[in-house]
Amino acid sequence: MSNNKPSILAVRNLIVERAGAVVLNIHSLEINAGDLLSLIGPNGAGKSSLFLALSFLIKNTGGEIFFHGNRISTKEEIFNYRRQLVMVFQEPLLLNTTVRENIAAGLKLRHKPANEIEKSVDRYASMFGISHLLDRSARALSGGEAQRTSLARALAIEPEIVFLDEPFASLDQPTKESLLADLQQILCRTKTTAIMATHDRNDALRLSDYIAVMNRGKIVQLGMPEDIMNRPADEFVASFVGVETVLRGEVKENKDGINIITVAGGNLEAIGDFAPGSHVLCCIRPEYVTLAAAAGASTSARNVYMARIEKIIPLGMFYKVELDAGFPLISYVTSTSLDNLSLDAGQNISASFKATAIHLIPAR
Amino acid sequence: MNKLFNSIVIVLLVILIAGIGYAQTPQQKNIILATTTSTQDSGLLDELIPVFEKKTGYFVKTIAVGSGQAMKMGQKGEADVLLVHSPDAEIKFVAENYGVNRRLVMHNDFIILGMAADSAKIKGTKSAGDAFKKIAAAGSLFISRGDKSGTHAKEMKIWNGVGINPEGQKWYQQTGLGMGNTLGVAAEKKGYTLADRGTYLAMKKNLGLDILVEGDAALLNIYHIIEVNPAKWPKVNAAGSKAFADFMVAPETQAVIKTFGVDKFGSPLFFPDAGKRVDDLGK
Amino acid sequence: MELFLDGIKKALELIFSFDPEVLGITFLSLKISGTATLISMFIGMSIGVAVALNNFFGKRLIISLINTGMGLPPVVVGLFVTIMLWRNGPFGFMEILYTPTAMIIAQAIIATPIVMGITLAAIQHLPENLRLQILSLGATRLQMVWLLIKEARLPLLAAVMAGFGGVISEVGASIMVGGNIKGYSRVLTTATVMETGKGNFDTAIALGIILLILAFTVNAILTSIQQKQRPR
Repeated sequence: MSNNKPSILAVRNLIVERAGAVVLNIHSLEINAGDLLSLIGPNGAGKSSLFLALSFLIKNTGGEIFFHGNRISTKEEIFNYRRQLVMVFQEPLLLNTTVRENIAAGLKLRHKPANEIEKSVDRYASMFGISHLLDRSARALSGGEAQRTSLARALAIEPEIVFLDEPFASLDQPTKESLLADLQQILCRTKTTAIMATHDRNDALRLSDYIAVMNRGKIVQLGMPEDIMNRPADEFVASFVGVETVLRGEVKENKDGINIITVAGGNLEAIGDFAPGSHVLCCIRPEYVTLAAAAGASTSARNVYMARIEKIIPLGMFYKVELDAGFPLISYVTSTSLDNLSLDAGQNISASFKATAIHLIPAR
Repeated sequence: MNKLFNSIVIVLLVILIAGIGYAQTPQQKNIILATTTSTQDSGLLDELIPVFEKKTGYFVKTIAVGSGQAMKMGQKGEADVLLVHSPDAEIKFVAENYGVNRRLVMHNDFIILGMAADSAKIKGTKSAGDAFKKIAAAGSLFISRGDKSGTHAKEMKIWNGVGINPEGQKWYQQTGLGMGNTLGVAAEKKGYTLADRGTYLAMKKNLGLDILVEGDAALLNIYHIIEVNPAKWPKVNAAGSKAFADFMVAPETQAVIKTFGVDKFGSPLFFPDAGKRVDDLGK
Repeated sequence: MELFLDGIKKALELIFSFDPEVLGITFLSLKISGTATLISMFIGMSIGVAVALNNFFGKRLIISLINTGMGLPPVVVGLFVTIMLWRNGPFGFMEILYTPTAMIIAQAIIATPIVMGITLAAIQHLPENLRLQILSLGATRLQMVWLLIKEARLPLLAAVMAGFGGVISEVGASIMVGGNIKGYSRVLTTATVMETGKGNFDTAIALGIILLILAFTVNAILTSIQQKQRPR
């Protein structure tokens, strides 16, 4: 990736096999100094394996890892490289001792002088807001406190890269929110490069400079958050990043950068440059679908359909509305809109979206 | 796998070093004396051996087992000298060339013990064989060592002498234990048993068993010392074994044996017999 | 009951009169079983940790063997060591049968699988990712093993206690390979058996009580260390 920052870690053709099956096959991946890269994907997509392989903690069957442009291969290189990075797991994995000793653990392994260790421990404990817990036993911490200790322990090493393997997955929402905010600030302040695995796309969208979507041991798409969100490379990515409507269709016309696409139950107009006759998938994010009262709706949108409300599902902040516009369509509306339009199942309304709201993927 | 192997090697080295540290007792200074539990339990050896060790500088390892096992150890060359009381087996042992220089050391006697109630009415019987016959006839419980010891051998000899095979009989039980334990069992089960006088005297106070038959020449308990044949087993400490055997029959030692136990039990536990003939004993 | 009271009286007498023979026997018991436990600790822990942390062909078989070894009957060990150490046996040249060394070897053989088995279970019982977390914090392999041992210190201490408890109270192997030689290889258990055989039940009970006190004291010390280490 190029954002004019120097590359810190690069991977080529990294392959990991377990029991004869390929669990990881990374053709190429590069991360720049100071960036935060998120790995998203379902469980078993290979996110943890990638971290372990990057840390040389599992054996790779093939491939090259470059650190600051230098290939890591000898035992000594691996050891020195490993000491420049650290991994934080989903479970805090604290040692059975005090919080202080836990934060000091990585520094002690490096035989740092005692006064230096003491300073670092105090500094990172205060950064993570756990100074008052220093003499507490690690076994007597809440989930959030334990994960803060684990993060402080990792960052106290002052690594060049930190691997965060779903560190918030087992925390409750408020605990996670406050920790996430602190972590983002600390990573920024310490200029630490980070790779974070998560299966929560919202976390990824909020924090990341780049997102890599993984599936079945491979990186299926790598890009900036808005790219991934709006221009998923395939159906898997689309579904994973929250595209609710994916329609299969055939391009009928290609005119001035606008494609007219025939789908089962109607025609769509989308920005695109596919030749007539090509098969495509039309991805429509639910937040781009606008609903209006059936009569007298005026919109600049190219795609306007009369639709019947099949079902309304409350999702907390907003409502998910399942529509039948000749083809299935999904829209998210706020509770205010729901009230204003007094929507109800069985009702007919007008649903519209812009040509730019449709992302086309070539269908296989 | 490599690391596993390394750790094992290190560990073995540690054991070896520890082993060497302890194994520095000089060679051929040790004498292994295989003897019977009754001898050890009497405490006689605890009195004699320190004298011998001081005099000669040898270190005597007393291994107390039954006479049978003692002779097995001799047969395998795992002992240097035997102090045992199983004459028939001893004669065979020497005849088969496993031992040499068998010498009479001392004797005491066996006694037949039982409860004062004496259900088989053996009290006063002169002959041990007759007493055994009565026990068998009455079907009274008899507790045997059953451990191939000298005492067991003596008991079997008496049974054979009167033509009774007690094995498997309902009234006949074998403990497989040493003399002291067997006496304990006999007392608990209120049975008859055959014991050496020394052990009985030492344990008398806790038992409640009485001497019912004694004095028969057939009940003599005769101890011999045998040196294990060094020609058969080159590793045997021949010099040490001879020195110990000589010590056991030396006049000073014999004098100690003569008075051993008098202060504690009021009568001696053993009668010194060095230089006598077996046939003259008890007369 | 009277016998038992006599035994207790005799025990107190023997202890407080500092009877040199009883003291000697007690110290020898401690020395032999302590050394054996120490050896078994080194072997048991190193192999236990190595087996727990490495994956290799036949690992399950090895683990089953270790677990079986935890129940090795002492007399079988005694017999085996005796045969090995016989003058005319494979290690006869060492001339260590009927010595404290032989007893240490036999007891170490008895205690090692116990320590090994508990170590193995303790290390395997740690969270699976802890090893990776420690390595990821920058530990060398040795540092990682050390930290894991520290993490498992409570069960490992229990392993040592179990090993010591197993050998200090063991009699079958000790009497076979040590020979119960007065002032040389006579330990509390073998002396107890002998005194019982002699009918000196009071002395036997006294020795038994001393053995109990000894085992209790050692375990009490280890337990107090263990409990102190447990964080609040």
